[in-house]
Amino acid sequence: MKIGKSLSSRAKRGIWVSVAPASCRLSRGHLALGSAGADAPTTAAETAALQVFGAGGRDSSSLALLGMTGLLLKRGAQLVVLTLTVFTLLGAGDQSARFNDLGHKMMCVCGCNQILLECNHVGCAYSERMRAELATAVDRGDNDDLTLQGFVQKYGTTVMAAPTKTGFNRVAWVTPYLVLVLGLVMVTVIVRAWRSRPLVLPDGSVAAVHGAELEHFRNQARKDTEV
Amino acid sequence: MSQIGSFALLLSLALCAYSFLAGILALVNNGPGSERLGETARRAGVASFAVVFLAAVVLVVAAFQNDFSIAYIFHHSNRDLPAPYKFATLWSGQEGSLLFWALLLSAYGLVLRLRYKTDVRLFAYASVIIAAVQVFFLLLLNFAANPFGVMQGTLPADGTGLNPLLQYPEMVIHPPMLYLGYVGFTVPFAFALAALIMRYPGEKWIQITRRWTMVTWGFLTCGVFLGAHWAYSVLGWGGYWGWDPVENASLMPWLTGTAFLHSVMMQEKRGMLKTWNMWLIFSTFMLSIFGTFLTRSGVVSSVHAFAQSSIGDWFVAFLAIIFATCLFFYVKNRSHLRSEHKLESLVSRESSFLFNNLLLLVACFTVLWGTLFPVLSEWVQGTKVTVGPPFFNRVNIPVALLLLLLTAVGPLLAWRRTSVESLKRNFLWPAIGALALGVLLVALGMKPWQDVSYFYSLMTIMLSALVAFTVISEFVRGGRVIGRHTSQNLFASMVQLAHRNTRRYGGYIVHFGVIVIMIGFAGSVFNQDKEQEMGFGDKMTIGAYTLVCQSYTQDDNPNYGSEWAVMNVFKGGKQIATLNPERRFYKASQQTSTMVANRSTPQEDLYVVYEGQNPDTGRPIIKVHLNPLVMWIWLGVWIMIVGTVVALIPNAVPVRVSAPARMRAEPVGAVD
Repeated sequence: MKIGKSLSSRAKRGIWVSVAPASCRLSRGHLALGSAGADAPTTAAETAALQVFGAGGRDSSSLALLGMTGLLLKRGAQLVVLTLTVFTLLGAGDQSARFNDLGHKMMCVCGCNQILLECNHVGCAYSERMRAELATAVDRGDNDDLTLQGFVQKYGTTVMAAPTKTGFNRVAWVTPYLVLVLGLVMVTVIVRAWRSRPLVLPDGSVAAVHGAELEHFRNQARKDTEV
Repeated sequence: MSQIGSFALLLSLALCAYSFLAGILALVNNGPGSERLGETARRAGVASFAVVFLAAVVLVVAAFQNDFSIAYIFHHSNRDLPAPYKFATLWSGQEGSLLFWALLLSAYGLVLRLRYKTDVRLFAYASVIIAAVQVFFLLLLNFAANPFGVMQGTLPADGTGLNPLLQYPEMVIHPPMLYLGYVGFTVPFAFALAALIMRYPGEKWIQITRRWTMVTWGFLTCGVFLGAHWAYSVLGWGGYWGWDPVENASLMPWLTGTAFLHSVMMQEKRGMLKTWNMWLIFSTFMLSIFGTFLTRSGVVSSVHAFAQSSIGDWFVAFLAIIFATCLFFYVKNRSHLRSEHKLESLVSRESSFLFNNLLLLVACFTVLWGTLFPVLSEWVQGTKVTVGPPFFNRVNIPVALLLLLLTAVGPLLAWRRTSVESLKRNFLWPAIGALALGVLLVALGMKPWQDVSYFYSLMTIMLSALVAFTVISEFVRGGRVIGRHTSQNLFASMVQLAHRNTRRYGGYIVHFGVIVIMIGFAGSVFNQDKEQEMGFGDKMTIGAYTLVCQSYTQDDNPNYGSEWAVMNVFKGGKQIATLNPERRFYKASQQTSTMVANRSTPQEDLYVVYEGQNPDTGRPIIKVHLNPLVMWIWLGVWIMIVGTVVALIPNAVPVRVSAPARMRAEPVGAVD
């Protein structure tokens, strides 16, 4: 199974696995190990213990106690091995998810304008090398910031798929929200102004309307009541 | 051949310049000869179509005749290029696509000038404005990007061929659709500016241009999504939208055009938002020109920029002239754009249009801002930054969700004021339905608290359901009322309902298409992909599928050589398909290209790419993407097109019912 292999070795061979629901994949792996790694040896151990102790000619209670102790020891050892295996796999899964996450935060710098992990040019002068470097950094245990910083130093700021949230680049993130808020304020002000606009009525009594003016009002009434 | 083309371009420039100048003189002077002068201007405009058409035909014929003495044909065609792509040569490069733009503009101008009797003076103003735009493009074609430039030195035996990425069936349809959209916005722009210049009374100009705008918007919608489908099928990265600057350039006028289509209803019905609408259509046209500038100038790097050169300065100057002209006439005649009514309630159709416009414009601004920020960053801090999908997705998805909410709520609000009872009646059951769907999805294993993308996906599906339920309930309620009076079945009643107010119900169908597309987008959260070296008999499992490599084979034809894999696909232990992902090597251009093998179902796409051979091991590399719900996107586009066509059909005469029945009937599907 590829999960167990190191990311860098896979990167060198150009093989990538990127599955979105990583947690599902891990849980499936865990279950698979549980059935193959625990059930079969347990049965064998029980059989072996019975055979060994049975051959010694001890009484049945001592035999049972010893058998139980041996079984518990073996179960304990299996549990440790299993736990270690699971944690190793869990780590690999985390690394895979991190690799996937970081790889989608960077661009391929070959000029294809694609996300690093989505650059699909076979023989691309950059993406394969960059993926291998990313896998090495993740294997090494570098944190996300350090890894990304390393890429920025090597390939320049354009390697990041989105502006950082520092310095002037913050403007890129803030401005759209600012525009949205300003727009909302503007719309609210306009709505208030419209609602408070006084209705201008002629002094004195309301005069009757005729002809074209009446037709205009009828038209407007028709539009207003249209479903 | 090239001389005929060049002469045709020069003649068309002269005709358009005459149409523009004589048109202005005829409109400014009210002397005795002005009418005849105006008629000559109109006829010159009509003739310009014939001459530009001749130039385009010459270029296409040159492509078919392999006339490599014309530099454009040498660079964009070759002898073994299949016929449809030889035809597509017309828009495959810088100069040809500008000629194609000029051709479409003159075709739109032709229709407008032939229909001048609708309103002679308004159409005369609009014709002059269109002539001005034609003059700009013909100046470019004659002096900066002539498609009939000849090759220097020895005549080459063969051309360098068409870019392999463009050798795909959709590239024969996508650019014309996109250009019909881009160029088409010139017409409502021309009418809007004409109405402003002449202080046109009433809203008749909006009614005249409504069909133009909808047709144009429909073409742009098709163009944008055909582009997305092309990217999905050809680029082989498993996605359909990468927020590339050129993609963004097509999206921006679509967003403002959509805003205009909504807000213009307020002007039609209530005489409000006149200034806003004027500037919306101005902006839409300017963004169309800006999109062309982005594609051509090389100011931002793009995977789609197939035709770059130094004509960017021309576009900047043209944009400045357009803006100055619009601003001048706006300042001069702004008193003409005073609103006739006031807003009476926040809970009304009017306010929903205001918020709809705000959100569409914020989305447009975000796209523009993100596209231009690299240039701004370089200017301010000396370093260029990349603004890619993580930025656009993060900022635009919440805006899109709010828009979805408004799509559900807005159409059911009444003009002027909506009562609480009406709100309850219209939204209670759709809201309960949407919430129930959300609960069901969570129960089925969707965990929105795990990741923000899952949360967005769930919200998208719930809000889409809300829109769907409200749209369906509108049709059903209206259909029932009509059915009671006509004794027709529900479906026939709903068809009749839609026919009575095609614009309204066509709009609902378009909204339905939008939500189907949004559900397709929501599926991308669950995308999976896997890459593996695969020899004969090797297996790869992804999702419920197992792919077994059956064999690899090669093929060769005069245009390209190809390697392709034969992959058997199994699901549940049963073979369900054989896929043939392919990689081509185009001989003339010496470039490679992928041909994706895609098994598309409503549930998911099994998208297989043959990426080539590992240079170290020589073994083929296969990449497989499992992309849920992608088919919904293309289905949604078809629904949107159907909705647009329905909205363009004239309303039927309302069904006559007996007097007592009329008294009982609720006002449903009233004539527009």
